[in-house]
Amino acid sequence: MDIYLLEAIINGILLGGVLALLALGLNLIFGVIDVVWICYADIVMCGMYAIFFLYAQYHVPLPLAFLIAIIGIAALGILVHLFIIAPVLDSAPINQLLATGGLLFFLQSFATLLFGTDFRNIGVRLPVLEVATIYVSFARLIAFAVALIGAVALYVFLKRTYIGTAIRAISQDREIVGLMGVDQRRIYLVVSGIGGALAGLAACLLALQYDVHPFIGNTFGPVIFMICVLGGLGNMIGGFIAAFVISQIIAIGGYYSSTELSYVFAFTFFIVLMFIRPRGLFAP
Amino acid sequence: MTPMLSLATVSAAYGSFQALFGVSLDVARGEAVGVIGPNGAGKTTLMRVISGILPMRDGTMSIEGREIGGLPAHRVVEQGIAHVPENRRLFPRLSVEENLRIGAFIPSARARFAEQLDWVYQLFPRLKERRGQPAGTMSGGEQQMCAIARALMSKPKVLLMDEPSAGLAPIVVQQVFELVHRIRAEGLTVLIVEQNVQQVLDVVDRAYLLEVGAIKLSGTAAELKGNSFIREAYMGL
Repeated sequence: MDIYLLEAIINGILLGGVLALLALGLNLIFGVIDVVWICYADIVMCGMYAIFFLYAQYHVPLPLAFLIAIIGIAALGILVHLFIIAPVLDSAPINQLLATGGLLFFLQSFATLLFGTDFRNIGVRLPVLEVATIYVSFARLIAFAVALIGAVALYVFLKRTYIGTAIRAISQDREIVGLMGVDQRRIYLVVSGIGGALAGLAACLLALQYDVHPFIGNTFGPVIFMICVLGGLGNMIGGFIAAFVISQIIAIGGYYSSTELSYVFAFTFFIVLMFIRPRGLFAP
Repeated sequence: MTPMLSLATVSAAYGSFQALFGVSLDVARGEAVGVIGPNGAGKTTLMRVISGILPMRDGTMSIEGREIGGLPAHRVVEQGIAHVPENRRLFPRLSVEENLRIGAFIPSARARFAEQLDWVYQLFPRLKERRGQPAGTMSGGEQQMCAIARALMSKPKVLLMDEPSAGLAPIVVQQVFELVHRIRAEGLTVLIVEQNVQQVLDVVDRAYLLEVGAIKLSGTAAELKGNSFIREAYMGL
């Protein structure tokens, strides 16, 4: 087998990890609260800026900067719910979409105003590993491993704890969970916090690989939505698998043509699949 | 003696449609009380109002003398009222045991989860056999058992049952009413809504007849069984 193709496949898998993490967060929020956070990728952008300023400007040790970013973005998630989602929870879906879409433009413009359009890098150079003549970026390897750990931690939380069980139950019957003593509003806050924490974690992993700028959300936001819809919106396992399908198409497509074209392949695949399976790859 | 559950002139509405008009009823400690009546009489609404899913418009409602009117559903459970909803409403993709775990969500129930689970499995051995199975894949009768067990997990003082026999085969209906017997034997106070008038009157001490959102008649089970109006209109005798 062509060694460069193998390298592309491996990089595709590694890329899939972070996308899967973000798809999990988005699907969790959609599945439980029934609202799509169009601004999700831009919340990740906020996290990347937080890490950049903490580490590169204020010389906070990197692990501490990561921790602060994760906690901070989790708090941001809760605030987004309290101030933007909660007031429109009973409104038409289009209004909810407009509200989170508005936040997307707000965050991008606000970041531009505050930080300008410069590309900033936290300046951490991680080595490139050479394993049997295949080159693998260490940053991507870490990102993949941490994303997997995050996904497993989320799974265990949802499976083993009372709150986690309530989170899964609420997406199956919104009204009846109240009879079990579950306060819906509290669950929504917890879920928004977890969704934020996952975005914060993704921000840490992406900050190691990419420059941050106000519009970085546009580069991976649409891909995450495509993944979620492909896996079946709200279907966490479906989204997780779809992340790897899409990242493989991007990686292998990029190998045979160019990175730009590979996204065309991915979206073409998506559009065709939406005709065949409009409810997603893994719809029952 | 203060009644276990007491409602006085309770009214409720869906938007501008009024469904309950000044309903008053009492349930004594350890008693089983039935609410019978035709479709659309407001029986389910009554249950929803007691458990706090539907806010009450007017009136008072108390458990052991403590006012519960106006509490949201998740606070009513903490006061000791568990509701087995109409059509069971299990969480179909959660396993049987996960459904039971959700039933024990309130802090006081979590603390004695293992104990309650043992008790419930003893009451319904079938559920123990099916503990790992998604609840939605069980038969109707088993699902009804699971719904009752889920409500019992919160260690309630009062159990509200909304049409437990609805949609079940006649033989299973018989089994469900046997379950009600067993639950009563455990000392629980039960308020049960049913269309199956004949059978419900065999398990309750007293019953109320609800028609068009208001109590029309009440009496002991024996009295109602002998009432000619009830016999004609509801038992087809």
